[in-house]
Amino acid sequence: MTGTVTDELARAVRDHAGRLAASLVSMLGDFSAAEDLVQDAVETALHRWPIDGIPDRPDAWLFTVARRRGLDQLRRQQNYRQKLAQLTWPTPPPPDERLRLIFTCCHPALAKQAQIALTLRVVCGLTTAQIAAAFVVPETTVARRITRAKTKITNAAIPYRIPPDAEIPERLNEILAVIYLLFNEGYLSSTAERAHSRDLVDDAEWLTAMLAGLLPNEPEVAGLLALIRLHRARTSARFTADGQLVLLEHQDRARWDRAAIDDAIRLLTKAARRHHQPGPYQLQAAIAACHAEATSWADTDWAQIVVLYDVLLAVQPSPVTRLHRAIAVKYAHGRQQAFAELEKLEEALDRYPLFHATKAQLLREFDRLEEAKEADARALELTHNPAQQDLLQERLASGVRDGLGGR
Amino acid sequence: MKYVLMFIETEKFAQDFEAMTPQEKAESLGRVTNWLTEHASKLRGGSRLQHPDTATTVRLDGSEPFVTDGPFVEGKEVISGFQEIEVEDLDEALRMVRTWPGCPIVEIRPAMF
Repeated sequence: MTGTVTDELARAVRDHAGRLAASLVSMLGDFSAAEDLVQDAVETALHRWPIDGIPDRPDAWLFTVARRRGLDQLRRQQNYRQKLAQLTWPTPPPPDERLRLIFTCCHPALAKQAQIALTLRVVCGLTTAQIAAAFVVPETTVARRITRAKTKITNAAIPYRIPPDAEIPERLNEILAVIYLLFNEGYLSSTAERAHSRDLVDDAEWLTAMLAGLLPNEPEVAGLLALIRLHRARTSARFTADGQLVLLEHQDRARWDRAAIDDAIRLLTKAARRHHQPGPYQLQAAIAACHAEATSWADTDWAQIVVLYDVLLAVQPSPVTRLHRAIAVKYAHGRQQAFAELEKLEEALDRYPLFHATKAQLLREFDRLEEAKEADARALELTHNPAQQDLLQERLASGVRDGLGGR
Repeated sequence: MKYVLMFIETEKFAQDFEAMTPQEKAESLGRVTNWLTEHASKLRGGSRLQHPDTATTVRLDGSEPFVTDGPFVEGKEVISGFQEIEVEDLDEALRMVRTWPGCPIVEIRPAMF
């Protein structure tokens, strides 16, 4: 298949799969059947478009195929058939259809992995193979997760609807957590080795932007969008030409996308004004903004970053956040204090590679070289990310004094 | 849509209950009674169960049925009662269970029929 056809299909699927599924499911009342019809249509396009060419209106093409497939498969069920025949492709689409879909896919009664797989498949229109490739798990595992989730939606009667206003904040947190996981998975895996697999960061940004359009008054949605965009604005400086991870400290800040950074900060400021108690995504975005605004590593406002981490820990305590705070403490208040903070995290983060890498760096600065080596070796044992592995191996071989953060 | 709520007690919950004064115990049971009254129209039947010590378990996965005393697990968490409810969907069941004032864990399972 040529690049153009793949790109065009990917775009059509991303822009319309959620709407397609939403419109079919709202008519049929059957989540599972609607979702299968969309996937059938996408797979048909994968075979037909390279031969027939890209249709003038890819969305209408996909819709027609999905509806026809539905009719073929279900022609014996009279009632179903009538409903399908009445179905038209609405323009403009009802604004909240996709919102119903994403609330259903991210229902808290579904396992987190299933929420992710289902959202990518139903809302973003990825195939099982694409999801499997993105998470490096067998395709059968993804297929099983999706099947189980769909069975549970039907059998346990998980409703297909936007929850009542009182329940939205809690349920929205579930959705944002799913998107944040997607973003993190994509962000940490954007290595040379995975350059050809699907960019999950793209999907995460797309989903958040869609949510921000549908729920313009939710400051945490805007916060997550700002966070993702701030990280993306620095992407081109994060890797060398041959895919080596470049740490934040050494990134060429001239290569950061200043316009994108300014846009994201404007978005964040607007959201923060509406909300007196900023949530975790706005706070993380504010920390990213501090880094993005600094003209050099030395110019970074570490004291402000430590304060933001304190607020973040107050709303969402986590040992990983405390580790990041400890790194900021090192630059704001010195190594001794940072090391004291780290030691308190020993037990909680024993299986977290960044903890050991950070500890190794401090130990090296204290000239405790043997202990530093042990900590680096432990970090290397724990990380599965090839770019981090390269960096650690290099450090173990040469004893350079660098961290592993890269953010 | 019918669901069965399975009420699960933990050792800690039992200890905390034992440690209560008679008046606190009465208040706690009162909250449970209020909850049951409030949701009476959705309740389809259920029962509080006797203490797990009174359980008899039959295992059918061996070469022949094997009868033991005690509950099905040597667990610190035991099902102490169940309640069938009839509600619209899982979200309605979840809303009901959120305000349950009794034991600390409730499993919600859709009923087959």
